[in-house]
Amino acid sequence: MKRCLLAAMIALIALSAFAQQKVTLTIESWRNDDIQIWQDQIIPAFEKKNPNIHVVFAPTPPAEYNGVLNSKLEGGTAGDLITARPFDASLALFNKGYLADLTSLPGMNNFSNVAKSAWITDDGKHVFAVPMASVIHGFFYNKDIFKKLNLKVPQTKAEFMQVLEAIKKDGRYIPLAMGTADMWEAATMGFQNIGPNNWKGEEGRLALIAGTQKYTDAPYIRTWKELATWAPYMPKGYQSVKYPDSQQLFTLGKAAIYPTGSWEISLFEKDAAFDLGIFQPPVEKRGDTVYISDHTDIALGMNAKTKYPDEAKKFLEWMTTAEFAGLYSNALPGFFTLSNHKITLKDPLANEFLSWRATCKSTIRNSYQILSRGDQYGAPNLENELWEVSASVINGTMTPEEAGKRVQAGLDKWYKPKK
Amino acid sequence: MLDLHGRRTFPAFLVVFLGPAIVCYTLFMMYPLVESLVLSFFSVQPDNSYVFSGFANFVKLFTDSDMAPRFWGALKNNLFFFFIHMLVQNPIGLLLASLLVTKGKGRGFYRTVLFMPTVLSVVIIGFIWQLILNPLWGVAESMMRIVGLGKFFQPWLGLPEYALPTTALISVWQFIGIPMILFYTALIGIPDELIEAAVVDGCTESQVFWRIKFPLILPTIGIVSVLTFVGNFNAFDLIYTMKGALAGPSYSTDIMGTLFYRTFFGQQLQLGNPSMGATVATMMFLIILIGVLLYMFLFQRRVKTYQL
Repeated sequence: MKRCLLAAMIALIALSAFAQQKVTLTIESWRNDDIQIWQDQIIPAFEKKNPNIHVVFAPTPPAEYNGVLNSKLEGGTAGDLITARPFDASLALFNKGYLADLTSLPGMNNFSNVAKSAWITDDGKHVFAVPMASVIHGFFYNKDIFKKLNLKVPQTKAEFMQVLEAIKKDGRYIPLAMGTADMWEAATMGFQNIGPNNWKGEEGRLALIAGTQKYTDAPYIRTWKELATWAPYMPKGYQSVKYPDSQQLFTLGKAAIYPTGSWEISLFEKDAAFDLGIFQPPVEKRGDTVYISDHTDIALGMNAKTKYPDEAKKFLEWMTTAEFAGLYSNALPGFFTLSNHKITLKDPLANEFLSWRATCKSTIRNSYQILSRGDQYGAPNLENELWEVSASVINGTMTPEEAGKRVQAGLDKWYKPKK
Repeated sequence: MLDLHGRRTFPAFLVVFLGPAIVCYTLFMMYPLVESLVLSFFSVQPDNSYVFSGFANFVKLFTDSDMAPRFWGALKNNLFFFFIHMLVQNPIGLLLASLLVTKGKGRGFYRTVLFMPTVLSVVIIGFIWQLILNPLWGVAESMMRIVGLGKFFQPWLGLPEYALPTTALISVWQFIGIPMILFYTALIGIPDELIEAAVVDGCTESQVFWRIKFPLILPTIGIVSVLTFVGNFNAFDLIYTMKGALAGPSYSTDIMGTLFYRTFFGQQLQLGNPSMGATVATMMFLIILIGVLLYMFLFQRRVKTYQL
């Protein structure tokens, strides 16, 4: 009996020693919506190839993520892999030494410069996160309503306005599901959605950073002018219509067109009982190049103080492969891999969004890189300002010219372009 | 305290009785408050270190062409928020309390119902009122149409000129129970003999109220006013729930609390600034302090309290 017990104990010790060899990596993230996908699809695929590494996905609610992560990093209790927000929030973490330099990570060459631009130092020398996904802006429309009213999908700005007018005249549906109460919709789904066609995507965005273009220039004023013309086609009382209201208006089939982005795919496919279609931001005349906002949104970095840098790097390297790109983009339709791998998507809408990359020129939201460093204490924050003026322009309480002046004055106050 | 020989000794039991409260209060109230006041005299450097900067933060808050309008705007909005409460919440609270002390059926029911919103979570209040006032599916418009006022409906929460009064009135609706209960307890504390004697002497109802009840509840009115003042200048949650930290449209619902939150914690791409946030918090503290001191010296010392 005693011998038996001893044997069992030895077996137990041996077993725990074996278990200790297995390294556990923890991923910090704000995407608590995705926990199922990580646990059931992504992590098992990785662990199958790397049986000695165990990965745990440990998300925090989005609104608390930045704060919680900061205190965890300061206290030295943060996970090994850290989901990185784009641009300054992550750059600050890198500058404080919390995120590791990943410039030399094998597989980094699978990403374009635009893809890496959100997780790179200003001088472009150090990359500190593996880009994961972007979201693409565009318009959703209700195919059933379009068929009923015999409408064609608009390509030019003039056609777009004609379609809106036709839906309004018919009177049964709200032409455009959008409100200005939350303000970010006016800026993100309005200004940054249709604007790239006016400021020619990257060309205009980089010119703003270089200081050769200003928000008072024609392309920006024109964008606000176009936004202002949307107001009559928005739901009544749009000034107090919020984001969930517009989502419901559209999925209930009460509204025909919804300006937004690819991240809505899963929700809309679940809730809408009609045929969904999408179209690109309208251009001046047929045949013009379409510029789409293909916004870099999420990446994964490595905690500089991780106990297992080699294993963490192994995981990050795996994330640069086509296997991860396919898995992730298919599990989360509407979030597209930023790598150059050719992947096939099962979701038709997601596929259509993705196909735009081949025919359109991609850019990102023009306020995200460098220009939103104003902390509002003597340096107005560009993103906040864009929210406010875009909403005010649609509400009719500010003219497009005033909006441009206000935003540029705020930027001039602190931003000195590098000469 | 004197011992057997008539000498003064230290009353040791005081330590036992006051100790826990003093320790807790110092640790959790005084220390953070002082720390925050101290923080407002420092400024954060890019490398996350703090450097003493004297009154620089305050100078910026009052003079910077972007910061000053936000601060004065928030102060103005907050004063407006407070006046709405003083003009609507407290008089109606008093009216409801005087109705509750009259004899009649269902007083207990109304007392409970009127007090109920006060104990509800602000998130729920914000959600319910946004739904009621929603121009798409809200009941406000259809109810107004039933009584023929349909054409006066507006998306109040989204219009710069109406958003603040609307949020203020929602806050009034929520907190009306507090002045009501305070006035109610003050009113039922008035002995019946006083009122009976007045009636026998030929006082009318309104004379009884203004000549007898009102002077007797004047101290309560003072307390309710100062509670409203402190509460309103600390208000934040309702506006944050309904309008977000940017307190739109065009900062029309921005009050001290939302300004502080935005400054301290940041907003979307704007990173928070702890020392500037502490500066706003210090101003909130000073404003409330001045308000309470004014109350104490101008009101509390002069008002007559009667021993009943």
